[in-house]
Amino acid sequence: MFKAITRLNTLGLRRTLATSAQEQRLKTFQIYRWNPDTPEIQPKMESYQIDLNQCGPMVLDALLKVKNEHDASLTFRRSCREGICGSCAMNIGGTNTLACLCKIDQDASKDLKIYPLPHMFVVKDLVPDLTHFYKQYKSIQPYLQRDTLPTDGRENLQSIEDRAKLDGLYECILCACCSTSCPSYWWNQQEYLGPAVLMQAYRWLIDSRDEATKIRKEMLQNSMSLYRCHTIMNCAKTCPKGLNPGRAIAEIKKQLAFD
Amino acid sequence: MKLSGLQKQVIHLYRSCVRMAYKKPVEYQPHWRKFTRDEFDKHQHIPKKSFAAVEHLIRAGTRRLEMYSNDQIKDIH
Repeated sequence: MFKAITRLNTLGLRRTLATSAQEQRLKTFQIYRWNPDTPEIQPKMESYQIDLNQCGPMVLDALLKVKNEHDASLTFRRSCREGICGSCAMNIGGTNTLACLCKIDQDASKDLKIYPLPHMFVVKDLVPDLTHFYKQYKSIQPYLQRDTLPTDGRENLQSIEDRAKLDGLYECILCACCSTSCPSYWWNQQEYLGPAVLMQAYRWLIDSRDEATKIRKEMLQNSMSLYRCHTIMNCAKTCPKGLNPGRAIAEIKKQLAFD
Repeated sequence: MKLSGLQKQVIHLYRSCVRMAYKKPVEYQPHWRKFTRDEFDKHQHIPKKSFAAVEHLIRAGTRRLEMYSNDQIKDIH
């Protein structure tokens, strides 16, 4: 048996692991770094070399690899790693998207740049301050409002057609990718609600079980909250869940036009 | 000396911190005043021309002030 192995070796047919046979494919990741503990030091881009053969397919895998092996001080939010929590929203290669749903471009000659969500205050490295975004979401009262109790005393029923209206709206995970890609939101963050929040406003406007439609419409009936949308449609283009906030905003405008 | 807008904002933040201290129980008020001073002193070395840093510190400070203003919080170390 030994003889057989040595013979194979001489022929150059030694068995190896599939991965070790490939050579390294180093890709450079440029990541935005800024530390609040030393605010006088300017933010900078730091480069990390990652071997794509040793790394998972998504950008989040690369970020985790950087954090595990290169620099443990790199800070970013992540949770579900499957695009359902919306924590890892960031600006990757120029578009806002979720790091866990964004494939790494396998072309190793090109650098990949990763920034936090644009036009948000930065807490640290890739972590944006979403406090204001959540406050805006709270301001539209995103919950069921009814004066009457359900007739059967148990639950508020809804027909299949009425339920179908909510498809394409309820899937939103509030990752803030769309709002932060909207130039109108960049310039009027304090007053304009932004696509993500307006889409949720629409979701509650058309819910057949909700009875506060009139108040909800009145809240939006001013020049800033809704009408700062100029149908730029960056929101629909960037949404990592494939939703269309621009359409929802247009529907609200249509409804308000008849008031 | 004429103060810049940013310097006025810093002083405004400091004064609101001191005012907040008056709303705390009398026996703990010195703690609050000392805490405020220490926090401001920590960043005293930052030059007045580094606007981004000062702006960030004002933002962070305002947020912390909002948090500490809660009546449930009585004392600080």
